[in-house]
Amino acid sequence: MIGLLGDDLERKMNITVINEKTNEKLKVDFLGTTVAELLKQVQVNKETVLVARNNEILTADVALQDNDLITLLSVISGG
Amino acid sequence: MDCGKNNCKENGVITLQHGTLCKGHFISYFEDKVFKTMNKFQLFSRDDKVCVAASGGKDSLTVLYLTKKYFEKNNFPIYNLNALIIDEGIADYREKTLADLQEFCDTYKIPLTIASFEESFGKTLDQAFPIINKETGKKPCNVCGVWRRYLLNKHARALGATKLVTGHNLDDESQAVLMNMFKANTKLAAKLGPISGVEDHAAFVRRVKPLYLCSEKETRLYTFLKGFKVEYTECPNVVQSYRGEVRDLLNEFEAKYPGTKSGIINSFLDLLPTLKEKELTRLSDKKTTVKKCELCAEPSNGKICNACKLQNTMKARLEAKNVE
Repeated sequence: MIGLLGDDLERKMNITVINEKTNEKLKVDFLGTTVAELLKQVQVNKETVLVARNNEILTADVALQDNDLITLLSVISGG
Repeated sequence: MDCGKNNCKENGVITLQHGTLCKGHFISYFEDKVFKTMNKFQLFSRDDKVCVAASGGKDSLTVLYLTKKYFEKNNFPIYNLNALIIDEGIADYREKTLADLQEFCDTYKIPLTIASFEESFGKTLDQAFPIINKETGKKPCNVCGVWRRYLLNKHARALGATKLVTGHNLDDESQAVLMNMFKANTKLAAKLGPISGVEDHAAFVRRVKPLYLCSEKETRLYTFLKGFKVEYTECPNVVQSYRGEVRDLLNEFEAKYPGTKSGIINSFLDLLPTLKEKELTRLSDKKTTVKKCELCAEPSNGKICNACKLQNTMKARLEAKNVE
């Protein structure tokens, strides 16, 4: 029982995050479930990005899937 | 989360304070908000000749597209609408947005005028800034702001414009409100608002801001959903600016306390008539009149306008160093 609970706690998803602003590709061992939790883990302020998967915009509550490719579109432009 | 509008069950694209919206409902909501801003603050009249100050970024493409849509919706003469871009000469920045804008204007058949720092002042911003900075300590945004405002007004007036549309949004304006407050600059604060400035003057084209109540995030989402070609572009000089720090601070606050930016703007709009009245009284008491710059004949507070002062500083430094 304890072992099962431990496995559950350690379950991670592999998420690839592409940051439009920096053009960086980041492999994330994601410990959470939702878009909001991913942004928190990669330390990106939700006010500064739109989050896209397969060219579709996701709201903060959407649950991610293992091996998702996520793009962070920067909302800040100009100077 | 699904769209909460009228029992619509489409996938949501944004969660706002009043609920989640899908693509279709968000586009309607956004366009309605911009058109309501245009009507509420009476930004345009049928006889206005309108020049849109464009950059090719998300805000200017959106405001250009929606101003054209507003003209069509209200049967305003479309020949009274044109676009103007100032090419500052910032490497790896302006050339990309200029190409996007040119393509956009071709697609939507909007005449575009291009003016540049180089042709007007003899140097690009990248060339001029280090020279002026050595003399004055000014940051690139200080130089850029003065020259850009100067050229926008000069060329808009030359085009016969009665209104100059800018893409300033809720983020820009709430940043400006805070910056002026932090620096106790009520004179500058009085010039803010959906219609800039405190009084009409023949030499100045009145600036209007249709995106005044739209956040940067909403505008980026709108351009994405409409399929406008907008590359990620942030001016490389923004990291050196005070505004950049205020922007980060406000975004941190907005994430923690949603509605902060709108709250700043709504309370500022309540105060704005008083600020404008106070500034008008101050100008009248001081008998301040707009003069003509002795060098370029553009409007100026002193004998020489700020744009010419900067150009003179640059020229003097170049002559002293015999660089040219």
